[in-house]
Amino acid sequence: MSSHANAADAHVSPTAKLFIMVWVGLVAITGIEVLLAYKQVPPGIMLTVLVGLSLLKAAMIMAYFMHLKYEKFALVLWLVPAFMFCVMMICIFFFPDSLRLGNPSFH
Amino acid sequence: MHKSKQDTANSSVWSGGAAPFAMGSKKLGMWLFIISDALTFSVLLLAYSYLRLANADWPKPFPFSPSIIFSTGMTIVLLASSLTMVMAVAAASRGDRGRTVKWILATMLGGAAFIGLHLTEWLHLIEEGVRPFSNPWGSPLFGAVFFGVTGLHMTHVAIGVIYLGIITAGFGRGKFSAEDVEVSGLYWHFVDLVWMFVFPLVYLMSVKY
Repeated sequence: MSSHANAADAHVSPTAKLFIMVWVGLVAITGIEVLLAYKQVPPGIMLTVLVGLSLLKAAMIMAYFMHLKYEKFALVLWLVPAFMFCVMMICIFFFPDSLRLGNPSFH
Repeated sequence: MHKSKQDTANSSVWSGGAAPFAMGSKKLGMWLFIISDALTFSVLLLAYSYLRLANADWPKPFPFSPSIIFSTGMTIVLLASSLTMVMAVAAASRGDRGRTVKWILATMLGGAAFIGLHLTEWLHLIEEGVRPFSNPWGSPLFGAVFFGVTGLHMTHVAIGVIYLGIITAGFGRGKFSAEDVEVSGLYWHFVDLVWMFVFPLVYLMSVKY
């Protein structure tokens, strides 16, 4: 099995320059997130933007640092939708209840 | 005829067979662990968000200076350790043992620095009166979820530092392969990835103005 993995890895070899560019991108996105907090953006907008930026950062880490971009696409199709389905089910079942219990206007 | 069909199936994307994802069993096992652990963290973060929405008196204990600046520094340190880890994996795949060990040691240093900074922040909050089931500002559940989420993450970082120590010692002596380094790298990047959600949701959404 290891020989299969090595064969797959041999097809592509991301360079150190690419890793540094991804890292600079991650730091820049973190800077934008901190700037939003500094500027006191309204919580509803801030939460939406922060979750979006976090998903982007997670995708960058998984694709480049965790090498998922260079693995078989079947692996992505196997792991990511299953994970997203579980998270979506939790959100669908629990969040309407939390909004009902708390102040509907997000604080 | 039957054999021919089998060969065709094995050459497609959905081939199945001994290695359907064209990767070693260790790496596949780590990916499965990562998905299950990601669900654990997702549930914790969603529980945090649930309580945050359901409690109007949720505390906002983090002033921009120094708390947010401090936690931003922690984030940069963890991101930097991910860069050194990816360099270690690249060096290991080239068979450069010396550089691999140096990059992993730099990663471990980053992880240890993150733990040190995080414990400093914890102690500061504890001095201000935050406990698992009480705090001076509002909903008593804040401490439980804050220490729960960040504590579990810090435990992962600590385990990662130990894991990398074992891998680097074994790789330096030729006991472990480049694949072992790559698998440990997957774990480390996952720990970094989790923080990319903890930092904005727990810290940036609770800035005290």
